[in-house]
Amino acid sequence: MVKQILPKNLSEVLELISKEKYRFCAGGTDMLIQNHNLKTLPIDFKDNIIYTFNLEELKGITEDEDFITIGASESLESILENKITPQILKDTILQMASPAIRHSGTIGGNIGNASPAGDLLVPLYLLNAIVQLQSLKGIRSVLLSDFITHVRRIDLRDDEIITKIIISKINFDKHQFVKVGPRLSDAISKLSFLGAVSFHEDKVIDLRFSFGAVNITVVRRPEIEAQYIYKTKEELKNSVDELLEKYSEYIRPIDDQRSNKEYRKTVALNLLRNFIEEL
Amino acid sequence: MAKIDFRLNGVPVSIETQLNRRLLDVLHEDFDLIGIKEGCGEGECGACAVLFDHEIINSCSVPIANCANKDIVTIEGFSNTSRYKILKDAFEEEGAVQCGFCTPGMMIAAESLLNKNPKPTTEEIKIGLSGNLCRCTGYNMIIKAIQRAAKVGEGKW
Ligand SMILES: Cc1cc2nc3c(=O)[nH]c(=O)nc-3n(C[C@H](O)[C@H](O)[C@H](O)COP(=O)(O)OP(=O)(O)OC[C@H]3O[C@@H](n4cnc5c(N)ncnc54)[C@H](O)[C@@H]3O)c2cc1C
Ligand code: FES
Ligand code: FES
Repeated sequence: MVKQILPKNLSEVLELISKEKYRFCAGGTDMLIQNHNLKTLPIDFKDNIIYTFNLEELKGITEDEDFITIGASESLESILENKITPQILKDTILQMASPAIRHSGTIGGNIGNASPAGDLLVPLYLLNAIVQLQSLKGIRSVLLSDFITHVRRIDLRDDEIITKIIISKINFDKHQFVKVGPRLSDAISKLSFLGAVSFHEDKVIDLRFSFGAVNITVVRRPEIEAQYIYKTKEELKNSVDELLEKYSEYIRPIDDQRSNKEYRKTVALNLLRNFIEEL
Repeated sequence: MAKIDFRLNGVPVSIETQLNRRLLDVLHEDFDLIGIKEGCGEGECGACAVLFDHEIINSCSVPIANCANKDIVTIEGFSNTSRYKILKDAFEEEGAVQCGFCTPGMMIAAESLLNKNPKPTTEEIKIGLSGNLCRCTGYNMIIKAIQRAAKVGEGKW
């Protein structure tokens, strides 16, 4: 039988995972639903489980001059309600699931799940989020875009747990998150788009785009973004076709029945076009 | 097995349980609280909603392990309150109850919303109810009922 642990604190977790392989269950909104099978209630976990939702060390949202730090077990709703949270994250959370799921689902769970359709990943990639991992050996910090290696695969060692997510404090002149999906509270977003831009005297000084559910993980291409820095707004608008062409190569929805790949690609590129044209 | 202590409908309780049981099953099997329903079993319909530290959650998607030291209120507990009475009257007056399957979940969603936001706009009510499915009413009556309750019960939330 698999082991099930409700730990008292983080040290206990680090001890346990240094000796034996465990999986974590935070809010459980992915873990319970994915392992749910009415014939085998209680939930039929195949691995040893540590329940991490209420761990004090994994809670809290704090800020300093440059960074905002969010504990891995903070629920989506408490992130939404916190005044420190940047608007760009709030806009995304508002379009995720329902209040009930947002009260249980956590930021660490959204990252741990590493779904191509994980909505919170879209602004986190855009904000260059850093994932902080802890083990008995110490702390390791990894860029989220390096941490997620493939569909549902993350660079988490057996003796590590995600403790914090760190984002830099940036304000954009304009940002827009759009999610195109069947129903607001549905688990799977068909696709999502986030654009953000800042100008200084009509010149682009920051430009970022990320796309969800159009490839094995979120698509963000800083090298394309960089080509438009110091262009004027007008020049940016005039290069929209060229910009779309550059992204086109990376918008490659993984095959599934949910929606026609071509449709998704067209919609994703149209969202990018609209964002630029409406600047 | 582990010991889990929590408050249930205002009363401290303690159970010996496997940690991977869903809160929904614990409420049904250990406490005979059958007012909350299992609809989809996948977090999509809200029929199993309860208050968890005053906020709505779906009990089908929460392991009992997460409930240690929490304050859980089901529709049975909530129905002893004056706020419930206001919501119930408002639901009846607006014709917001037809088959009644979704009603306990809708009441919990309304309480969770009004508790944070006593004067919600129509848009905010829609967001508050976005995880609760109703196959009968088409939602308009439910939205009106919550607006009515907010007005009649001003100062209660
Ligand atoms: C009805 C419904 C609607 C949903 N809608 C959306 C939606 O609109 N958008 C969206 O993106 N998602 C949605 N989801 C999915 C889910 O709610 C989110 O992904 C949520 O953020 C998961 O958090 P959790 O704490 O519940 O994860 P859990 O189920 O607890 O865990 C998920 C994964 O993360 C790992 N994990 C958790 N914590 C840690 C940690 N500290 N360190 C390492 N690994 C960890 C777990 O081992 C597991 O693999 C929906 C789910 C449901 C049931
Ligand atoms: S039964 Fe829990 S949300 Fe449907
Ligand atoms: S009244 Fe029948 S489901 Fe809502």
